[in-house]
Amino acid sequence: MQYFIKHKWAQFAVLLAVFYVLATVIDPATGGNWWRIQETRFWLLPDVVNNALRFLIDDFWVVDVYDSELDITEESTVVKEFTRTVSGVVLFSINLIRELLLGGVKTVVAFTSWEFISEHKWARIPALPWPAVAAGAFIVGHCLGGRNLSVLAGASTIYIAVFGQWTPAMQTLSFVLVAVPISCFLGLMLGAIAYKSKAFETILAPLLNVAQSMPHFAYLIPVVIFFGIGDHAGAISTVIFATPPMIRLTLLGLKKVPPEVLEAGTMSGCNSRQLMFRVLIPSARHDILIGVNQVIMQCLAMAVIASFIGAKGLGYELLVSLNMLKIGQALELGVSIVLIAVVLDRLSLAWANKQADYLADLPFHLRHKHSLAFLGILIFTSVIAYVASMVFPDKVNYLYFIDEAQGFSTEKFWDVMVDWLITNTYQGVQGFNFFMITSVLMPMKEAFLSMPVAATLFLVAGTGYIVGGLRSAVIVTAFIAFIALTPWWDRALITAYMATFAVVVSVIIGCSMGILCSRSPRATRVILLVCDTFQTFPSFVYLIPVIMLFGVSDLSVLIAVIVYATIPATRYTVEGLTNVPQALQDAGSMSGVNRLQRLLKIELPLAFPHIMLGINQTVIFALFMIIIGAFIGTDDLGQLIMQSLSEANGMGQGIILGLCVAFIGLAVDHLIHTWAEQRKQVLGIA
Amino acid sequence: MKFLNKIATAAAVGSLALGATIAQADSKEPIVIPTHNWTSQITMAYVIGGIFESIGNNVSYVPADSQAVYESIRNGDVTISHEVWQSTFSKSFNNALDAGGIIDVGTHASVTQEEWWYPAYVGELCPGLPSWEALNDCADIFATAGSGGKGRYLDGPMDWHGQETLDRIEALDMDFTAKFAGSSGALWAELESAAKDNRAVVVFNWSPNFTDAGDGGSFVEFPEYTDGCKKADGGDGKCGSPPAGWLKKAAHYQMPKKWPEAYKIFNNVSFTKGDIGNMAALVDIDGMSHEAAAAKWLEDNEATWKAWL
Repeated sequence: MQYFIKHKWAQFAVLLAVFYVLATVIDPATGGNWWRIQETRFWLLPDVVNNALRFLIDDFWVVDVYDSELDITEESTVVKEFTRTVSGVVLFSINLIRELLLGGVKTVVAFTSWEFISEHKWARIPALPWPAVAAGAFIVGHCLGGRNLSVLAGASTIYIAVFGQWTPAMQTLSFVLVAVPISCFLGLMLGAIAYKSKAFETILAPLLNVAQSMPHFAYLIPVVIFFGIGDHAGAISTVIFATPPMIRLTLLGLKKVPPEVLEAGTMSGCNSRQLMFRVLIPSARHDILIGVNQVIMQCLAMAVIASFIGAKGLGYELLVSLNMLKIGQALELGVSIVLIAVVLDRLSLAWANKQADYLADLPFHLRHKHSLAFLGILIFTSVIAYVASMVFPDKVNYLYFIDEAQGFSTEKFWDVMVDWLITNTYQGVQGFNFFMITSVLMPMKEAFLSMPVAATLFLVAGTGYIVGGLRSAVIVTAFIAFIALTPWWDRALITAYMATFAVVVSVIIGCSMGILCSRSPRATRVILLVCDTFQTFPSFVYLIPVIMLFGVSDLSVLIAVIVYATIPATRYTVEGLTNVPQALQDAGSMSGVNRLQRLLKIELPLAFPHIMLGINQTVIFALFMIIIGAFIGTDDLGQLIMQSLSEANGMGQGIILGLCVAFIGLAVDHLIHTWAEQRKQVLGIA
Repeated sequence: MKFLNKIATAAAVGSLALGATIAQADSKEPIVIPTHNWTSQITMAYVIGGIFESIGNNVSYVPADSQAVYESIRNGDVTISHEVWQSTFSKSFNNALDAGGIIDVGTHASVTQEEWWYPAYVGELCPGLPSWEALNDCADIFATAGSGGKGRYLDGPMDWHGQETLDRIEALDMDFTAKFAGSSGALWAELESAAKDNRAVVVFNWSPNFTDAGDGGSFVEFPEYTDGCKKADGGDGKCGSPPAGWLKKAAHYQMPKKWPEAYKIFNNVSFTKGDIGNMAALVDIDGMSHEAAAAKWLEDNEATWKAWL
């Protein structure tokens, strides 16, 4: 008995045995509620949610709104007027930035009217010549981070222009330049409030969890109905997705500020606002900057999905070219998205780390040398562009703007590559394809589908209890019971089967790769760069090539999922292993362990909690990509989420389905977090 | 809800009497045209936009999901939709009609066909096609790893018309299983991959579409469609799709009031199968951008669209 209490694996073995017995005893035909929970009033939940949201936007607090153009008074609601005002502000900001870069009339319209624009053709903002923007990027890079950064920023801008992607890239940029500051500001504010008020933090935590693990497609329709369609809707859904990591990291950073610093601030007579902005936030800068980095990555990761609800730019072009099977073009567009992400990330990092030089007392032209240089270049390039268009009025003006058709392209090369790959490897992979589908995936799916509700809940509750005691047991069971009460238990099991398979494979690949690469500092740097790139590279691009090789099947979906979900497993393994304190490693070496022993006995055990957090992220990434896999063709929750786009009660159905996916992720998240915390306590590295 | 319905009806009735009333000038606010992710739709968006611009209106384009767009038309965020396909979008479209705020602006001249389809080379692999019985006899060459020995028919997304496909396979007792692709892109990827390998495939396809050009292919011939033959309509389900489906246009209920001129034109707009095919070919085959293709189409077919003004 003593042995049993002490050893958790023994408890777990018993749990599994009971689960197995329960699963065989409960018969699908006679099991009733033990097998699948029968229809209850809970099934009406999607309709209830849908009607509640509809009521809020259509019938709650009705007001009259006068339409001056049509000279009629219409009914509207306060909520609608409010959300539309928010949309208007966001849209104005996006258009302002966009038109400064690309030219246009909408900003002028905001201050005048469409009639005015139609009558006065001159009233428009002219586009900046691309060399001016490239020079601007170069100067900003130089001003913030010196030579390397300026080369990176300038070269990326030139790449985008020369490859003929100027318009979509600037459209994406203008949308990101609005979404990122909003997310950062909201994240910082909410994080600071949560730091001050424990109650607020408690309310916020579950909301953050859900916002982060909810599939985006689930809230596209609500965003469209509340905020309308267009770039602003894309930006708003991006903000919903990108703010949570910022809040989390702000809170984490603030909590890590040592009490001494806080006291020093108080002693110097700071009031509470000064304490927050002058002492706490600067001290927590490191974590807050990681938050900003995450926000930028998330915003660009949303570029493709945001185009479903009206965001123009690279994401939309990418979807169109994928649908036309132009993989080369999609790849180039994907590269531009990555470049924008990397440049923005590095620039923001450099900007935040730049120290203000309070002592310098420079004359005007030195203090403003960068602005002056930009002004000079702007005038110079504009004159050149203008003169060129005067001298060669019929020719394409490459110095002003390069159209898609006139740009360079390596598209042909990539298309030939993909073509070659498919013609030459297709036969080779068919054996593998057949084996995987018939011998591994189909039996596994069968096995998952034969899990009765009662047995599964017992397994979940038991696991929760073993890992984290009664509290954990209640939490995870509640998550899974919610899914069991919906009509979609079978669908959720299929999602779970795909997630399980993908996570196991991703973790094996990711951890091995991480361990190998962490052995050398250079390999570490390379692998982290690869991780960064793949994380922002739009995952939609893999979908078409995998279909060509493996057909429309679960295997295709899983391969795309594994490619994407291996990233966090690799990254966290590398980070975990490289962060093992040097002193402990030296202590090991002095006691005479060899390299293998040191890895197995010292580094891995110490890095294990961090690696577990990586596995946690792997689960979230896998779920995210399985839902996107619905574009290939799946029969899980993701397929239903896509379908909800065309349903009458789509808003409610999408949200409840999204919650089902989120709850699977959150149950796993809770278990892993609890367990990793315990390990950290034991290892003394909490 | 009720209020919107009333207005929608009022607008629809008003639009009938439109010819008689004195046309008021169009608003200068831009008419919002959605762009989805297939060629003919995007090019047609720019063509229609070009026509509106030719009478001095302002136009703006917004990328939108092709199922979600009807909700936006109801709300007035998008003004029109110019390609409403019968079998793929009728559900979303009808849901929006029921909710009110959107009006049906009639059909294009082009009829549409949506049916099981195979590329030309498959005809040689399975002699006897296009008859469905012949297809059923060579079911084994259509088998894939996941189809359990039966032939596999790759259908469009489940929500397009999934139940009907399953009903038909069952009613005709075919040796086939249906697999539902998640997007049209998945269909084209499977077709392209099969063509490289000379492999037999049968997929869901429609016409007019870009597959009409090039090597082409044919629709499988099922027992003829008669009214009420489908299971959902109480029939035995032993029939194919209707040979001439509709392709509709839709608009926001206030369009007739706000842009009377443009609405009248949009009412007249009617593309033929040939028009749609040409627009798609300019992009897919000649490699033009969508805007350039639209400009070229407008230039080449001035007689056609000037007649709608």
